[in-house]
Amino acid sequence: MNQFKMILRLAWRNLWRNHRRTLIMIAAIVIGAWSMIFMTALMRGMVDDMVADGISVLPGHVQIHHPDYRDDPTIANVIAPPSGELLEALGGAEVVAWATRVRVPAVISSERDTRGVTLVGIEPLRERDISFVAGDVVEGEFLTSPDDRGLVIGRKLVEKLETGLGKRVVVMSQDQENEIADRGFRIVGIFESKLAQYEEGFVFAGETVVQKLLGVGDQISEVAILGSDYRNVETLFRSIEAAAGDGVETLPWNEIDSYLGSMLAVMDGFVIVFIVVVFLALSFGLVNTLVMAVFERVREIGLMLALGMTPRSILGQIVTESVLLLIIGLVIGNVAAIATIEPLKDGIDVSIVGEGMEMMGASSVLYPALYLKDIVMANLIVIILGFFASLSPAWRASKYDPIRAITKV
Amino acid sequence: MSNITFRLAWRNLWRRKRRTWLTVGAMVFSNIILVFLISMQLGMYAMMIENTLRAQTGHLQVQAPGYKDDLKMRQVVPDVIDLAAKLRSEIGSDEIAARASAFALVSSEERSYGLQISGVEPEFETRVSSLPGLVTEGRFLEDAMAEEIVIGSVLARNLRTGLGDELTIIGSGRDGSFAAAVVTVVGVFESGMPDMDRGFAEVPLGFFQDTFYMEGAGHSVVVMAPTLIQVGALGGRVESLLPAGEGLVVHNWDVLLPGLKQAIQADFVSAWFMYGILIILVAFSVLNTQLMSVLERTKEFGITMSLGVTPGRLGRLVLLESGLMGSLGLLLGIVFGGALVAWLGHTGFTYPGLEEMAGQFNLPGRIYPQFSAIGLLMGPMIVLLASVTASIYPAVRLHWLEPVAAMRAAE
Repeated sequence: MNQFKMILRLAWRNLWRNHRRTLIMIAAIVIGAWSMIFMTALMRGMVDDMVADGISVLPGHVQIHHPDYRDDPTIANVIAPPSGELLEALGGAEVVAWATRVRVPAVISSERDTRGVTLVGIEPLRERDISFVAGDVVEGEFLTSPDDRGLVIGRKLVEKLETGLGKRVVVMSQDQENEIADRGFRIVGIFESKLAQYEEGFVFAGETVVQKLLGVGDQISEVAILGSDYRNVETLFRSIEAAAGDGVETLPWNEIDSYLGSMLAVMDGFVIVFIVVVFLALSFGLVNTLVMAVFERVREIGLMLALGMTPRSILGQIVTESVLLLIIGLVIGNVAAIATIEPLKDGIDVSIVGEGMEMMGASSVLYPALYLKDIVMANLIVIILGFFASLSPAWRASKYDPIRAITKV
Repeated sequence: MSNITFRLAWRNLWRRKRRTWLTVGAMVFSNIILVFLISMQLGMYAMMIENTLRAQTGHLQVQAPGYKDDLKMRQVVPDVIDLAAKLRSEIGSDEIAARASAFALVSSEERSYGLQISGVEPEFETRVSSLPGLVTEGRFLEDAMAEEIVIGSVLARNLRTGLGDELTIIGSGRDGSFAAAVVTVVGVFESGMPDMDRGFAEVPLGFFQDTFYMEGAGHSVVVMAPTLIQVGALGGRVESLLPAGEGLVVHNWDVLLPGLKQAIQADFVSAWFMYGILIILVAFSVLNTQLMSVLERTKEFGITMSLGVTPGRLGRLVLLESGLMGSLGLLLGIVFGGALVAWLGHTGFTYPGLEEMAGQFNLPGRIYPQFSAIGLLMGPMIVLLASVTASIYPAVRLHWLEPVAAMRAAE
């Protein structure tokens, strides 16, 4: 213990013998640590936002469909509403909310224009908990019941169709007998979404009304289920899948939307790659600093060895110096990163490339997301890899022959 | 004289081999990463632009003002076929074609889908779009008046229809009136882009005009330039050839598809953030090395100065040393980075999950980095510049050096 204390003291004093070099090295570590944490938080924030938006807009964490529905999303592929065992599972503690939907391709026409859309028949009260936040409807009102005869459509679609609140539009689709089914709807609500493609592509009507229009009785296209955490849907998925049985297809969100799913998976890998790359760029400087520190102290190290200090203590001393450097740099870097992210918590406006972000599925405001696990990972990677990087110069120092080292000019 | 400075600088570098190699190593490492990533980005962007523009948009489009935002049936280009023909003969290029498009409900015997239908000139569409070449079953359109349709593969599957089957089109015409027609499926295309394969169809332009009461009008004239760089100049020519008084406008691809350019910009900026960090870390490494190397030579510098060497010249020596290290890093970085890029340009680069993500940007699951001078040189040049800049401080310090005090400095 005493010996460790002595080594620590020696290492600390040695660091400040050449304060310029130490400060430059610390500055480099600070910049490295800051960039690791800052960049990770930005990327995490972007992906989280994308996934959260994607999920809130339609999928839900787990969905149940007719086995053919995903390939052929029409009214032909419907399933019975949940009952029995499934209904029981949906009442379970894992499930935060669930809703049924009838979802079919349709054509909507105003007197001015015609568009292809997805018509979604919903249970308004249940849907509220999954995809619609009350604030999304900016004009008029949200549907009140499955029998509601109104239609809720997006702001962008309203503009394209040159229609407005209270006006009538015609929705055409195909019923189960393959006949064209059409019906006039009055627009009762207009919603806004962060993603323009949803504003343009989806219209919402009462589920019962749509079922009647398409002649499917009480059958539905999908059951959407919301769990507590989208990152961890496995348990929820397993229990729902077991209860839903074999006749239907049960899928977690990351398989329904493979783009978002793979994005989240790739992100985890990318964060590690980024941290390691930055560390490697840093490590050259670190090793260089240690090599110089050892080189200019050759005689001193030889003397210490001659006086009876064990090679292990020499090794320990150099490694301690390196770890001290890293710790100082990391602490300042972490504080700096948190200090820069904190004021940005309310979002960074990137609307200048808004449409590009939308193409990636992200919104035009970036919210950095600081995760403890990312901070811990960045710090651990730097300390552990830094420890190994400093072993080589330290090893060389401990292997000096005392006599040669002392007499070195 | 400068020859001596050069020789001194070179020899000074190798007085401390390990230190020099570690500093050069940091440069080479960053350079390889920069060369690889920048070449990768350039390759990806080129492919994104090319694939996306070739599919439908083209490099330039002549449209009625407002059409690109509203896509309204009545925002037309009058006598579109004649205009396209005129542009073709004036510009002397075949890569110009007229189009019209409408949303319509397309029904087979079993199914109906709402989708975008384009009316195209069969003869010229093949020159401006990759779609005709992607027809995997049957053939592309041939006759401008034929009651024929080419549809996407997913749409064909969803409609449960195939070659030779009839489809009914229902929509509204230019004047808002009811438009309907029956067409025969003659071809099915597979573009690999989910949106197109699921919701897009093409019919001959003449037939489209009759069905949707277009009265000879269309919605756009698509123009392809020989290369992306020539788009701007070509746009000017097309603009000067437009009939006066009709208020038609020419849009470049970045206006037609702002998302594409912005996605590239967003990616570019975030990538440069990372590059910047790498470059700064290398610069710190160089600063540290050069500062140490100057400090340990204090005595030596004191002697040379007392012998009459100016501080300015010693400063240049220090800068030259950094420049030499930087050039070595540049050279090795380009060689190794270039080899990596050349190899990946041959085999392609992929990682798990890339395919799903790439599809979003019309990219294949394997990316081929672009082997280009700019991709090879840009990163390493900046690293070299940053290295020399970083050693300005140690070089300038020499001006404050007192020869007598310096000579007494401890080794």
